[in-house]
Amino acid sequence: MRVLAAMSGGVDSAVAAARAVEAGHEVVGVHLALSRNPQTYRSGARGCCTLEDARDARRAADVIGIPFYVWDMAEQFHTDVVEDFVAEYAAGRTPNPCLRCNEKIKFAAVLDRAVALGFDAVVTGHHARLENGVLRRSVDLAKDQSYVLAVLTPEQLSRALFPLGNSTKAEVRAEAAARGLAVANKPDSHDICFIADGDTRRFLAERLGKQPGDIVDAETGEVLGRHDGAYAYTVGQRRGLGLTRPAPDGQRRYVLSITPVTNTVTVGPASALDVDLVRGKAAVWLTEKPTEPVECVVQMRAHGETIPATVTVEGTDLVARLHRPARGVAAGQAIVLYQPDPDGDIVLGSATIDQASRQLVNTA
Amino acid sequence: MTYLDHAATTPMRPEALEAYLSVAREVGNASSLHATGRRARRVVEESRERIAAALGARPSEVIFTSGGTESDNLAVKGIYWARRAVDPRRRRILASAVEHHAVLDSVAWLEQREDAEVTWLPVDRTGRLDLAALDEAFQRYADEIALVTVMWANNEVGTLQPVEQIAEIAAAYGVPYHTDAIQAVGQVPVDFSASKAAALSVTGHKLGGPTGVGALILRADVACEPIMHGGGQERDVRSGTLDVAGIAATAVAIEAAVKTQAESAAFLTTLREELIRRVGEAVPSAVLNGPREQRLPGNAHFSFPGCEGDALLMLLDAQGIECSTGSACSAGVAQPSHVLLAMGADEDLARSSLRFSLGHTSTRADIDALVKALPGAVERARAAKAVSRH
Ligand SMILES: Cc1ncc(COP(=O)(O)O)c(C=O)c1O
Repeated sequence: MRVLAAMSGGVDSAVAAARAVEAGHEVVGVHLALSRNPQTYRSGARGCCTLEDARDARRAADVIGIPFYVWDMAEQFHTDVVEDFVAEYAAGRTPNPCLRCNEKIKFAAVLDRAVALGFDAVVTGHHARLENGVLRRSVDLAKDQSYVLAVLTPEQLSRALFPLGNSTKAEVRAEAAARGLAVANKPDSHDICFIADGDTRRFLAERLGKQPGDIVDAETGEVLGRHDGAYAYTVGQRRGLGLTRPAPDGQRRYVLSITPVTNTVTVGPASALDVDLVRGKAAVWLTEKPTEPVECVVQMRAHGETIPATVTVEGTDLVARLHRPARGVAAGQAIVLYQPDPDGDIVLGSATIDQASRQLVNTA
Repeated sequence: MTYLDHAATTPMRPEALEAYLSVAREVGNASSLHATGRRARRVVEESRERIAAALGARPSEVIFTSGGTESDNLAVKGIYWARRAVDPRRRRILASAVEHHAVLDSVAWLEQREDAEVTWLPVDRTGRLDLAALDEAFQRYADEIALVTVMWANNEVGTLQPVEQIAEIAAAYGVPYHTDAIQAVGQVPVDFSASKAAALSVTGHKLGGPTGVGALILRADVACEPIMHGGGQERDVRSGTLDVAGIAATAVAIEAAVKTQAESAAFLTTLREELIRRVGEAVPSAVLNGPREQRLPGNAHFSFPGCEGDALLMLLDAQGIECSTGSACSAGVAQPSHVLLAMGADEDLARSSLRFSLGHTSTRADIDALVKALPGAVERARAAKAVSRH
């Protein structure tokens, strides 16, 4: 096959490209330039976009012995990922930009362009297993990225290759060193690549401005403090609330919800964070769209815990009834459905969390 | 492999490579006072004389540099600083909008950091300087102007500029004129003293010499502040131990390029015309940019509407055909060419362009290979652009 290797400049995508070559594919390396102003982005293995990353990717391509180009994806990235990120926060939701980047950039804009240019598939260094259209968690559960890939449609996945799914991160690094790739020891990045200093709050404040409003207690309706912008808060958050008054019951307060219309942040005790009914929008199914309720486990944030659930389809939505309550479920994140499997949990589908609520009295 | 990127760099001429190797085997710092140093110095001075003779300059006017970029920086910044030092009112630079980045960014830097005022001079649809605008700028700013800089020939679309008229106007106002002749030397006749320019940039690797050696031809009466300080080896305008072997090879290359200029231009023009004709037949929608006449003999530059230049470049590269999108890039990302934008193209058209440049090793077989691969590549690139539109 003719394969386009998306090379971020990190160790994973370099080894993935090398493995694609070894598998007999005709491989071309492409670094995606995601910022018009590369200095402002953060360096790291995760997938971006500084000049240093471009250079690292180029060197890796040299060592592997494949042609290498830089594709300018800055405009699409800005619109589909950065602006979406800001708009989601402004709407009181908590987006996952890596997931959005996979959905809109790597396996959409880049994949479409690659196919039109005569490539058969895109290979990336994601840690997940993909075989015959079945997407599973990586053998390295700590590095597993199936969550941020679960938004992809079967069509998108049919043109994706993830050669690292059967390897641990340590094995990937050792292989990179053995192959003479200088990125073998490059540190991982866990931050959002387009927020250079890692300060998400400030990043949002610069774009959305100060929007002062009340922090309100869920139970009493009492105003416990003020905020400079509801967008800076995430469901489940405890730190940085800056409450001027203690809560009526003297207990710690957590963000329960954000209401953009009234610009209020509602807080309450930890127990009020528990939810067991989650509605997801725009569901994507990797298997046949189920007609019966599905017993599975669900994950509702990157590297979050999994919870057994019964999921039913409602039009393009899905509704998950959790078998035990989950804490801190934020709208805007993905709910990913897995079928537990000794050979690696299988992704069944996903949706974007729209609402989460408490139905049952806690029986635990 | 089909190399159609001679404007980026062209293979070394065998005689230049010979000269390089024979000198590089010898030890010698041209500034040393002993016999070895004198031998090295002699090579440098002979090279200087050969270059001066080839370019219609006096040997003392030849200042060796590390290449075209340094020559451009030195001329623009050095002359600006020197003029401003004498007369603080002279802070304005007139520069064409289609200069190479070595000039463009030097001018922009002076504007940002050194209080320079800039008048960007417009060009017509073929990339040729608007002389009326130049005239107007001179009239308007007569005694504020530090220097004017307009290239001899454009590196992207090959347009030749009216150097003599520019020099004449500049001379009438007593303003030094710098011209970047990096693409011109060897392709068209270049005579420094006849041109009446005050300063002229040239580099070795565009005409069969090594990379990393160039010269600024600087009239003796034109003051120029150094940008690098040190031993003052070159007329106190440029410091640094000279690359004796590189200089020797550059001299051989410049001499050979100038000596064979007329026949080479005839050969390249014939080949170029065939390339233009056959590209037009293979891809009827292709648009030739730049002028039909008054153009570098080796330059052909097209827009392929509906395509992106970088996609075309990649597709052609995969078939062993090497060309350029014409424009400089930072992380390898092609920005829409400022040259095409200045010529009135929109961003889309500017991004859709490719430069094919011919040189002394080009053959008709190169054109055969190009026109064979091009239609398929254009079709693919169009499809790729179409999917990215939604
Ligand atoms: C018109 C022009 N000016 C300046 C330069 C820079 O010259 P050099 O590569 O020797 O630094 C080039 C070539 O890249 C050029 O074409």
